[in-house]
Amino acid sequence: MLRNYISFRKAVAGYLGWWLFWIFVQTLVLHRLGLSWQIALTDAAISNFLLALVGIATENTYRFYNPGAGNRIQRLLYAITLSFAYIYALQFVLAKVFEQNLNYLQFLDNSLPLRYMIALLMIALMTVTSWLFYFMKEQYDNTQRKEEAEKLVREAELSALRLQLQPHFLFNSLNSISALAGSKPEEARKMIQQLSDFLRGTLKKDEQQLVQLADELTHLQLYLEIEKVRFGHRLATQINCDETALTKLLPSLLLQPLVENAIKFGLYDTIENITIGITAKVDGTNLHIQISNPFDASTSRPKTGLGFGLTSVQRRLQLIYARQDLLQLEQKENTFTATLIIPQLA
Amino acid sequence: MIKAILIDDEPLARSIIKEYLQGFPEIEVMDECNNGFEGVKAIQQHQPDLLFLDVQMPKINGFEMLELLEYTPAVIFTTAFDEYAIKAFETHAIDYLLKPFSKERFSKAVQKWLNSRTQNTSAVQAQSLSDTNINHADEQHRIVVKNGSNIKIIPVQEVSYIEAYDDYVKIFTKDAHHLKKKTMNYFEKVLSASDFLRVHRSYIVQLSQITRIEPFEKNNHIALLKSGAKIPLSRSGYLKLKEVLGI
Repeated sequence: MLRNYISFRKAVAGYLGWWLFWIFVQTLVLHRLGLSWQIALTDAAISNFLLALVGIATENTYRFYNPGAGNRIQRLLYAITLSFAYIYALQFVLAKVFEQNLNYLQFLDNSLPLRYMIALLMIALMTVTSWLFYFMKEQYDNTQRKEEAEKLVREAELSALRLQLQPHFLFNSLNSISALAGSKPEEARKMIQQLSDFLRGTLKKDEQQLVQLADELTHLQLYLEIEKVRFGHRLATQINCDETALTKLLPSLLLQPLVENAIKFGLYDTIENITIGITAKVDGTNLHIQISNPFDASTSRPKTGLGFGLTSVQRRLQLIYARQDLLQLEQKENTFTATLIIPQLA
Repeated sequence: MIKAILIDDEPLARSIIKEYLQGFPEIEVMDECNNGFEGVKAIQQHQPDLLFLDVQMPKINGFEMLELLEYTPAVIFTTAFDEYAIKAFETHAIDYLLKPFSKERFSKAVQKWLNSRTQNTSAVQAQSLSDTNINHADEQHRIVVKNGSNIKIIPVQEVSYIEAYDDYVKIFTKDAHHLKKKTMNYFEKVLSASDFLRVHRSYIVQLSQITRIEPFEKNNHIALLKSGAKIPLSRSGYLKLKEVLGI
């Protein structure tokens, strides 16, 4: 706010200085051409005051309406028209001021073409300056906006990374391993293996990369095996996948946050055993994946929006496919379903 | 013989506690529970001295379960979440074990309790457990209540008003009311200030439930709720209400 204020004051001072300079020049020139100092000064002051007004009008026009880089003819027509308006106004005012001075009126009449040319140049200059200023400002704003957007993306990616580390999942899994180590060392070893494979898979994958559904399901399977050891018989999964869907492509690590969400939602929102359903099929040029979990509609917390897992999935889809409708959520009776639509780019 | 109950929704998490407890032959595990509902029942049935309690569990969490108990045993929390530690100690928990924990760490916690028990101080400790999270300003989204053996979770937006009732409060919903051993001050603190207002020493109402405010006798006012209930307003309650409703 303060900065704007200061730069506005500077701009006004500069503008005034500019016109005072031209008043000074014009007074000298007119005096040389034989006008008295007083008349020369009055003429110069009025001419430049009117031009300054035109300049302010131009600046205002371009502030609210910028015709864009290509529109040179429009800018030229604008300057020509304004110059005519200016000349008529100038002639009218000066003729009124020096009504009695016939010599001066004659001089004014003779000098009009020259005045017109100077006005045209001045106005063209102001038009170009205004246009350039607002054009550059728009470019600058665009860059700012772009940088802002990129910053947001980076932040989201960082959060996504943090989310992938899933400390609670990790600590609870380690606790399970600790329990198994005493009673069933073989199973403990197996779970360490699965956990390692899962974490390695999570770390090495590039978020931008497209992978085949079959690969993604293998990775997901590791996660599910670990969760099943943790939650025992309470957690079951049912995966139905069309043969044709297995080779379709999707962004890596997209399914796991959705399944994690489904498990959390399902396991903590009911006390019964739950089944997480995962189905995949091809529909036209799209890959459709549905993940469903039971939940209790009567006691579920009021939803104040998507959980972070779902939000980051939606954001990634938006970044990759520039579409907002690829993740659809539905609560029907006691089932929550997330549907992913992955366009298959040719 | 010391009676203990394990409450955790992960079977392996319970089995490691059982294993570690083998070092304490004087402690007998009476029951294992998968969730808070089973926990409340088992605690009533066995009257244990010691609880091993997970925080994040299905439907109601460990803290909410403690609120439902008529008497509270000594509690050792076991969880992977360290963000609950402060809250746990506010409930005067004996200890807070972060999963995965070592046998040494576990034994230290149990031994600490056994020692304090012989000095007979734990009874005092356990008393204040039911006043969980009174210092917690975080807003509640739901209230867990118990009618007999029936546990009910009430989303706060279904609460019409709350009335003081001796040591209890009565929580009124559209078609029922529930008793809970809490104070009015507690609810004034944990319910969202933009939705609920204490309009009287003995009443907190949900603002969206109010349909009308009427004068009552001289100098007094009452609020009419959607359910038809009439709630007396204290003088200061009436002024507060006028202010938040902008009238």
